[in-house]
Amino acid sequence: MLVVKEYEALLEAYGRAGGNLDALRNNEVGNLVIHENKVLSVQEADGIKVETKETESGVSIHFLVEEGAKIEYPVHLCFGVLPEEGLQEIMLRVEAQNNSAVNVIAHCIFPNAVDVIHKMDADIKIGDNAKFSYRETHYHGEIGGIKVIPKAKIVVGKGAVWESTFSLIQGSVGLLDYDFEIFGDEKSTNELLVKVFGKKEDDISIVEKIHLNGQGARGLAKSRLVLNDNAKAMVRGETYGNAPFARGHVDCLEIVNGDGVIARAIPVVYVNDKQAKVTHEAAIGSVDKKQMQTLMARGLSEEEAVDIIVKGILR
Amino acid sequence: MLQVKYLKLTLNGNPIINELNLEVKEGKIHGLLGVNGAGKTSLANLIMGISYPDEGSIIFEEQDITRCTISERGKMGITMAWQEPARFEGLSVGEYLRVSNNLGVNDIENYLWMVGLPPGEYLDRAVDANLSGGERKRVELASVLALKPKVAVLDEPDSGIDVVSLPHIMNGITEMSKQGSAVLLITHSEEAVRVAEEVSIICAGEIINSGPPREMCRWFRDNCQTCPHIGEPSYKGV
Repeated sequence: MLVVKEYEALLEAYGRAGGNLDALRNNEVGNLVIHENKVLSVQEADGIKVETKETESGVSIHFLVEEGAKIEYPVHLCFGVLPEEGLQEIMLRVEAQNNSAVNVIAHCIFPNAVDVIHKMDADIKIGDNAKFSYRETHYHGEIGGIKVIPKAKIVVGKGAVWESTFSLIQGSVGLLDYDFEIFGDEKSTNELLVKVFGKKEDDISIVEKIHLNGQGARGLAKSRLVLNDNAKAMVRGETYGNAPFARGHVDCLEIVNGDGVIARAIPVVYVNDKQAKVTHEAAIGSVDKKQMQTLMARGLSEEEAVDIIVKGILR
Repeated sequence: MLQVKYLKLTLNGNPIINELNLEVKEGKIHGLLGVNGAGKTSLANLIMGISYPDEGSIIFEEQDITRCTISERGKMGITMAWQEPARFEGLSVGEYLRVSNNLGVNDIENYLWMVGLPPGEYLDRAVDANLSGGERKRVELASVLALKPKVAVLDEPDSGIDVVSLPHIMNGITEMSKQGSAVLLITHSEEAVRVAEEVSIICAGEIINSGPPREMCRWFRDNCQTCPHIGEPSYKGV
């Protein structure tokens, strides 16, 4: 009975935050719902096996996509802590076997956090010619009393594709310590994208590392941040071209929109093969003047113009 | 509709715009022809409120708007298409065309057709670096059309354009006039300025001649294209 109550409360919070409830209630859609250290719902789809084990402070998950399985609908993962205080440690082991394809959407819901820690340690293996798309969206409250610490090691096989988007633009970030590292084999595609809207006293650290170890591997470490008030951010995008014809790019944009903001970007590009190529671009500054003038020449106020530009960057 | 009176602008003591007078009439296309460095873009920026003159005034519908902000001018119905339009990450063409109006999809599609962009291919594309220069300029014109402005300042809409895009750009400008907008068409191309009802020639920040397009194009060819001021900054003086 308690589990049902928690489940409904979590979904209600998710719905209030603008999430798509139909997807989580659809019987044909694979999903996994976890509140604190309790597994509230597991629904496997054809071609997907999910094993979970509750621990003292979280849940261990083994997520398997079977060889050759092409999962039609996105699989939804829902993690949350509803009380003001709590600790949630997710140990995630993902195995996408050869030639599989899946789209996973994770919703992380912490609407009331005053002193909450959400940690994720992920060990992910993408088989040869498999395709794995992972989108993680956070829904936070306005207090900012939360620490979000997602770490992942991702091994991407030959001809395989990894694309991930981490998005934290709703509510206060609190403390974010994001660290994803990818190892891409021959002709693999490896893309990391982070979008964060920092406000108040938010403290943001983002590390994106891509090792292009196989011939012809491609990588993109991209980040988009908008920082208001006194938010602090450090973005470190690293790409290593270790094989012939590896192509990588680091792309960081931080929009500084507050007097107390501190923004740093450290792009690292490293090449140890003469036929590899890695490029980078990093821009930190206020909202682009020409974009502002263009929108204001359409009759928008300065605030309205900033709003449109920021929403576009974080979309 | 829009009058520029004795406008002066100096930069580091050098005159950029020098006692310039110009009038753009309601529903008409006024061409402004000049070589690089003549002061064309500086004048466009002054009219839009991106910069302010040292002296002189800009009158719109009998109101002095010389010190009005860009937004205030935009709200009054003055707008501009930049020579190099800004790119917007995460903003679709459809959204860009609806930035400050409530037009329906059919209207937006019509404006895209007017500049030769099939809506099915372009409505959902981002107004970012993935659009070519010609596509971006056509989107810019479509967005100005969608605003139905009282005055549209078009800063070299024809420059750097591929041959496929050019007729669509010119069609967009003509449509703008048809829907009642006064257009200041800034260009260094004799071809482009032929759609105008009246043409003024600018050199070293001054209007040095005005008249019908055919006559002014001939005058421009005979005088400006052989003038040693070609490519020189206007502050070098005549």
